[in-house]
Amino acid sequence: MRAVITVIGKDKVGIIAGVSAILANCNVNILDISQTTMQDIFTMITLVDISKMSVGFSELSDRLEEKGKELGLEIKAQHEDIFNSMHRI
Amino acid sequence: MINQFEVMETIKMIQEEKLDIRTITMGISLRDCSDADGEAARRKIYDKITRYAANLVKIGEDIEKEYGIPIIHKRISVTPISLIAESCDEEDYVKFAKTLDAAAEAVGVNFIGGFSALVHKGYTSGDRKLIRSIPLALSTTQKVCSSVNVASTKAGINMDAVAEMGQVIKEAAELTAADGGLACAKLVVFANVPEDNPFMAGAFHGIGEPECVINVGISGPGTVKSALEKVKGADFGTVAETIKKTAFKITRMGQLVAQEASRRLGVSFGILDLSLAPTPAIGDSVAHILEEMGLERCGTHGTTAALAMLNDAVKKGGTMASSYVGGLSGAFTPVSEDAGMIDAVVKGALSIDKLEAMTCVCSVGLDMIVVPGSTKAETLSAIIADETAIGVVNNKTTAVRIIPAPGKNVGDVVEFGGLLGSGPVMAVNPFGSEAFIKRGGRIPAPIHSLRN
Repeated sequence: MRAVITVIGKDKVGIIAGVSAILANCNVNILDISQTTMQDIFTMITLVDISKMSVGFSELSDRLEEKGKELGLEIKAQHEDIFNSMHRI
Repeated sequence: MINQFEVMETIKMIQEEKLDIRTITMGISLRDCSDADGEAARRKIYDKITRYAANLVKIGEDIEKEYGIPIIHKRISVTPISLIAESCDEEDYVKFAKTLDAAAEAVGVNFIGGFSALVHKGYTSGDRKLIRSIPLALSTTQKVCSSVNVASTKAGINMDAVAEMGQVIKEAAELTAADGGLACAKLVVFANVPEDNPFMAGAFHGIGEPECVINVGISGPGTVKSALEKVKGADFGTVAETIKKTAFKITRMGQLVAQEASRRLGVSFGILDLSLAPTPAIGDSVAHILEEMGLERCGTHGTTAALAMLNDAVKKGGTMASSYVGGLSGAFTPVSEDAGMIDAVVKGALSIDKLEAMTCVCSVGLDMIVVPGSTKAETLSAIIADETAIGVVNNKTTAVRIIPAPGKNVGDVVEFGGLLGSGPVMAVNPFGSEAFIKRGGRIPAPIHSLRN
């Protein structure tokens, strides 16, 4: 099972550290990271493996959201299927 | 891997363009709940609904969280109560409505549909009792929705029922006068009613449906509008293609949620309803899509053509994205629930007559229309007769949800709050239809060869 974590907001120190610390704590493996800055907006998209995750999905999602608030960014975790179903036939 | 552009597109659709799953509706058959003793029947109804739907809201919320897509409503539809209640000899069915209300409250859904009767060819004694109970039932419950099917293409139009529904609507409005006639917002009069519609207020669980089923209604007017903003000035081929592609994406997401919900609840998946359902929120309006196509205001000349194209393109794009499509599937035009429609009425661009024409080519009918409180019951019946005739002759579903707001006149605005929005009072034709409605009987089913 895989999920996509998106971070959107103003770039600053510690975004990747903050997110990856939570992921490591929850035993979530990072498969791929890409990041860009579009019109001053920092976006990071992370594909992760959640099959051995030590917490429930909503717990992970809450922790990331909280981190987002702390850093002044929007952090969202979504099951990979939503993107696959929308963009792949 | 999914590319970055696609991820961002999905997130933008949800966050900025208000894409959501409008409703997950669990259909529950109550056919095994009949009983000669009304009290016993109600106990069975309550127990069955609360058993089947115990996890509905929780699972809906879990899916919402995991996929990051808002699911606005979790609802229940049941077998038309007239069919279940008529086994007992009680005269008043309001108690059945209260049982539905209590069951809905217990499981945490916001509406329960199925306080309904199907009388397109005539009444049974249970149908008669149910219809007589509607005004009181809707004014003394919070979550119960009611619908009555008065016409079908195969049976014609039951004009006795049409006449009675005019009275029922008036009475329901008067009983909830303090709330602008709110009870009428929970009552739909149908022609060719679908048995698997997940949208309220017209949802019920048809008699051909299985024991329990999950039907899902999608939405997304805002997403369609922003897709069209990118093809400004392009020809209609491009416009139709853009709508189809957007509808496809929206529907795929709905299909995913529907399958997931049915798997987790252990209930079969019924249908996906491909409807563009607006809300009063800015950026979630069907009227604004029509205006984006180049109309100065929704309701002006060209509106019917624009809506016809929109409706068709949504169906074409959506059908390929889902394995089972049903319900009402099309574009909704509820006046009070659509910021663009409200504006169009206030500015004098949109009249009931134009809305009636629009309903020939879109999915539902005269929906959430507020008319003066002084409107006669016979006039309401005649409006219903017109609308059902459109459905019957054109072999489609049509419906009327109309609110004669007590004490209100043209120029007033009635606030219903929440998703029901606010309805500007619309003018009705001042000339009467009493003698026409008084005739009663049944308008025969139309011929379907010799089409002109």
